[in-house]
Amino acid sequence: MIDLEPFYLTLKLALTTTVILFAIGLPIAYWLAYSKFRLKAVVEVMVSLPLVLPPSVLGFYLLIAFSPENVLGKFFDQYLNTRLVFTFPGLVIASVIYSLPFMVQPLQSGFKTLPASLIEASYILGKSKFKTLCKILIPNMKASLLTGIVLSFAHTIGEFGVVLMIGGNIPNETKVVSVAIYDEVQSMNYHNANVYAGILFALTFIILLSVYLINHRFYKINSSN
Amino acid sequence: MNLNLDFQIREKDFVTLYGPSGSGKTTTLRILSGLTQPDTGFIKVNNEIWLDTEKKINLSVQKRKLGYVFQDYALFPNMSIKENLTFALEKGQKKNIIDELLETMELVQLKHLKPEKLSGGQKQRVAIARALVRQPKLLLLDEPFSSLDIEMRLKLQDFILRAHRLYRLTTILVSHDISEVYKVSNKMFVIENGTITKQGDPPSIFSSSLTSRKFQFVGEIVKIENENIVYIVSVLIGNNIAKIIATDQEIQGLQVGSKVLVASKAFNPILRKIE
Repeated sequence: MIDLEPFYLTLKLALTTTVILFAIGLPIAYWLAYSKFRLKAVVEVMVSLPLVLPPSVLGFYLLIAFSPENVLGKFFDQYLNTRLVFTFPGLVIASVIYSLPFMVQPLQSGFKTLPASLIEASYILGKSKFKTLCKILIPNMKASLLTGIVLSFAHTIGEFGVVLMIGGNIPNETKVVSVAIYDEVQSMNYHNANVYAGILFALTFIILLSVYLINHRFYKINSSN
Repeated sequence: MNLNLDFQIREKDFVTLYGPSGSGKTTTLRILSGLTQPDTGFIKVNNEIWLDTEKKINLSVQKRKLGYVFQDYALFPNMSIKENLTFALEKGQKKNIIDELLETMELVQLKHLKPEKLSGGQKQRVAIARALVRQPKLLLLDEPFSSLDIEMRLKLQDFILRAHRLYRLTTILVSHDISEVYKVSNKMFVIENGTITKQGDPPSIFSSSLTSRKFQFVGEIVKIENENIVYIVSVLIGNNIAKIIATDQEIQGLQVGSKVLVASKAFNPILRKIE
């Protein structure tokens, strides 16, 4: 019988990561879209690095940083009573960093495609930046929001290298599906690996398909005027 | 290009900023509203200082109480017409202004529609209504009619004039359409290359080269017909078409769409020796 725990863990990780990513990705994207700060490009590079860096590189650095011997790891250990290496919280933080561009980039381009006059009209009507963001910007970039959320979710599901480096292979704690597949193959259980892989394949296919279908609908609505 | 302006506008004036595109008209509106920051400047409205770069006073966009109608209307696509207006309400402001404006701008039937369902002229009326919700004393209009056809333009000019009088507004309109300037404004500034080159009332500015005349109108040519040796030129003046006879020479350089001044000098008394 196949163990379903890795699926539960994977979905929990993807969901937690996406919620946190949305909360921090939205302000970052807003800032990147509208700030006139000169060194903005540096921040953009930092956000996009996970796209090009091999996951093992990122995982390696995070492993070092999370180690209780070092500042970050020590801080979490002493003040938040949380160990980051080989634990679920560590996986979440690593996933947030790793999937950051998948949330920030769609949101950033969503902000940029909205006409500037919408924001200016709202300011002239006496509305604050925050109210403009909530009532005008966000409701008018639903397609970008959906893309950002679903891509981050799907990308976290598909994570392997970073997860393996930070989390290892601890059942019920850090053994997500992608790691479980690797584990089964290592121990020659091709049948189990096949089932895991098949389910993951179908799941991600359906997620992406629904995003594209919904986005096509958004564009149809937008272009029908 | 440097924009260098110094002007005063009286309360309840209807002022046009007239000039070729790229001369700084829109930028002037943006500076007045606080959307663009000038290097140095001073703006005072009703004894309230909005901008004084020397004293480092710069009222935020939100605090400068004015109405602004954008060239692209800038209606919020996620809200219905009524919601667009309601969004503009200030905290604690009574809601009856919304129905009043929907009525004045003839939008009652459309109030539940989203902006994408409206025609250009309807969108424009919503934009004007929305700009008036906070009951500003100053209304800025950035080429509001440029994308509309003649008939719609004339109708909207009436709407604007109605609002201007009804709400006792001081209105500043950006335009490069002579007939529009004539019809709506009582004062104009000609802006060229970032400075004001002429100011005054529209008739004296546009026709300073002509001498005495009995009557004069500005209109747009809608038709030119050839009748044997003369031409009949149909000119749209306000809502009326006037047919004017023109010679072969006079017709040179005129075509449908040309802006023309229709004027007539007084009949000259004739002096003749009678012995």
